Amino acid sequence: MKAIDLVKWFGPEEIRTYAVREVSFEAYYGEMLYITGPSGSGKTTLLSMISGILRPNSGTVVVEGKEIWKMTPNELADFRLNTVGFVFQDYNLFPKLTTVENVALPLILKRQNWDEAIRQALEVLDIVGIRNRAELSPSKLSGGEQQRVALARAIVGRPDLLIFDEPTASLDGPTGKKIIGFIRENLLNEHRCILIVTHDARIFEFADRNLKMEDGRIVEIVSGGVS
Amino acid sequence: MKGILKVAFKLLVNDRGKFVALLVGITFAVFLIVQLTSVFAGILTKASATIINIGAPVWVMDPAVNNPLNSIQVPDYLLDRVRSIDGVNYAVPLYSGVALVKLQDGFYQPCTILGLDDSSLVGRPKLIEGNIEDIFAENGFIVVKDSEFHKLENPTLGTTFEINDHRAVVIGIAEVTSSTLFGIPTLYTTFSRAIQYIPSPRFTIAYILVEPKSGKDIPRIKEEVAKAGYLALTDQEFQQRVSNYYKYQTGVGTNILIMTMTSFLVGLSICGQTFYTFVLENLSKFGALKAIGAKSYELIAMILFQTLFTGLTGYGLGVGFSSLLIALAKRRISSYAADITFYNLGLAFVLVLIISAISSFIAVRKVIKVEPFDIFRG
Repeated sequence: MKAIDLVKWFGPEEIRTYAVREVSFEAYYGEMLYITGPSGSGKTTLLSMISGILRPNSGTVVVEGKEIWKMTPNELADFRLNTVGFVFQDYNLFPKLTTVENVALPLILKRQNWDEAIRQALEVLDIVGIRNRAELSPSKLSGGEQQRVALARAIVGRPDLLIFDEPTASLDGPTGKKIIGFIRENLLNEHRCILIVTHDARIFEFADRNLKMEDGRIVEIVSGGVS
Repeated sequence: MKGILKVAFKLLVNDRGKFVALLVGITFAVFLIVQLTSVFAGILTKASATIINIGAPVWVMDPAVNNPLNSIQVPDYLLDRVRSIDGVNYAVPLYSGVALVKLQDGFYQPCTILGLDDSSLVGRPKLIEGNIEDIFAENGFIVVKDSEFHKLENPTLGTTFEINDHRAVVIGIAEVTSSTLFGIPTLYTTFSRAIQYIPSPRFTIAYILVEPKSGKDIPRIKEEVAKAGYLALTDQEFQQRVSNYYKYQTGVGTNILIMTMTSFLVGLSICGQTFYTFVLENLSKFGALKAIGAKSYELIAMILFQTLFTGLTGYGLGVGFSSLLIALAKRRISSYAADITFYNLGLAFVLVLIISAISSFIAVRKVIKVEPFDIFRG
C-alpha cells in the first residue's frame, strides 16, 4: 500500500485547516504499522484516506497497484468490503443484533447466504475466544469482549488490510496488551498488513514500524517498538 | 439483498419499544381512517338506499333534487312526454313521501311510503313473506324488513296500521339491499293507493323511472328531458349526485375529511418522530456499515423495508380492529351506518404508504448524509 503526497484540509479558504500535509509512505504485507502522535496531528484523517473513507484534496493511495481514489463510489465500497477490515474506537456494534450476527455483517453485505455467514462468524468468534457469547447482545459483553467482537467482524471477510482506530482506548493496560498481542500473534501474516492508530505508549512494543505524526506531517519513522 | 433485509428486520423488531410505538401509531391512524371513511361510506349508501332498492336504470326528476327522499313532484304530463321519447322502452311514475303511521298501540311512527306503478310494479322489493299480487287487494302494503322494522312493532302478515285514518294491512314482508339513512321504516304500496292515503300537492309523481331500449339511448333521453326543463340521470349519476350533496353541501364530507386528515397527521407524527429517533440512535452504526462497505442503496433498502414492514403490519392491524369494531357495532346496532369498501381500504393504504414514504425520506436523508469519517472521529 502506497500513500503518495496525501493532503487534506477542512473548512473554507480563509479559515482553512490542514489536517494532513503531503504525507507519503508505504506499508507492506506482514507488517504491523503504527501511526502515532498527539491529538489533532492528523492520524485519523490519514487512516481514513488510506482506507477509502475520506477523499484527499490531493495525492493518492495505491493498494495492490490500484489507485483507490480513481474508483467510483460503489467500487470504493466494494474495495472497503473486500480489502479492508475496520475496528472502530467505539466498536459500533449493533446492540439489537446478537454478537454472531454483528460479526456476520460483512459477509451478509457480500451477499453470502445467511446460515453460511453465521457459520463462518461462529468460527471467527472461536478464534477470538468468545464463541460462548455468540447469542448474547454486544451490550451484555465487557469492554474487552466487545473489542474482540469488533475484531472478529473486521477479520471475518479475510481482508488484506486491517485498520484499528485507538484499539486500546477504552481498555485497561493488561487487557489492551493482551488484545494487541493476540492480534500480532494470530492475525498478522504474509498476506495481511495491519495499521493501528494509537497514542497508547503501552502497546508500542508490538509495532514493526511507527510513523510519528505532528501537525499533519510524518516527522519520524521508527522501526521496531518505540516508546 | 435478502440477508441485508433480514438484518433490517431484526434491527427493527428487536427494538421492541420503538417497534411497538411505530405499530401503535400506524394502527391507530389506519383504524381511525378506516372507521371514519367507512361511516361516511355507510351514510352515502344509506342516503342512496331508495335508488339502489328501486333499481331503475334512469331517473327523471326536478333539477333541484339532490336527495331521493326529498323529492320535488313533477307534473303528470312529463310522464307522457318521457314515454314519447325515442329510445324509451317504458316509463313509469314513482311516488315517494313520508307519512305518520298509527300503530296498534296508538303510537305514531313516521315512515317512508313508496308508491309503485299500479300496472307494472316496477321497483318492487323482493318478498320474503306474502304474495306480490296481494298488493292490489284492499289496503295492501308491503313492509321492508330492515334495521327499522322493529319500529313498526315487528308486524306480520295481516297486521293493520292507520295512515291518515285509512286502514293499511300488511300483505307482504320484503327485504331490500340497503336500509335508509333517516332511521324510519319503509312501506311499499301502489302509486294510486299512495296518493289516495297521503295528502299530496297538485303534482303527485316524485320520479319517473325509465327503462331505455339500450344504453345508447340514454344521452338522447337526457337531452329531451332537459329540453322539458327537467333532469334525467342514470342510477349511478343519481347516487353520485347524492354523494356530492352530502360531501360538499352538508358539511359531513368536510368534517370527515378533516378528521381523516387529522388521523393521518397523528399517524405521520408518531411514526415520523419514532422512526427518526430510531435512525438517530443507530446513525453511528449505519455510518459504520457504510465504512465497512455497505452501499447507499443498500442502506436505503434497509430503511424502506423497515418502514414498509411497519406500515403494512400496522395497516393490517388497523383494518382488522376497524372491521372487528364495525362488525360488533352492527350486531348491537342494526342501523349502524358503516361500510368498509375497497375505496376506504385503498385510501387508508395510500395514506399508510405516504406515512411510510415520509418517515423513510426523513430517515434516508439522515443516513445518506452520515459520513463514515465521522465514525472514525467519534
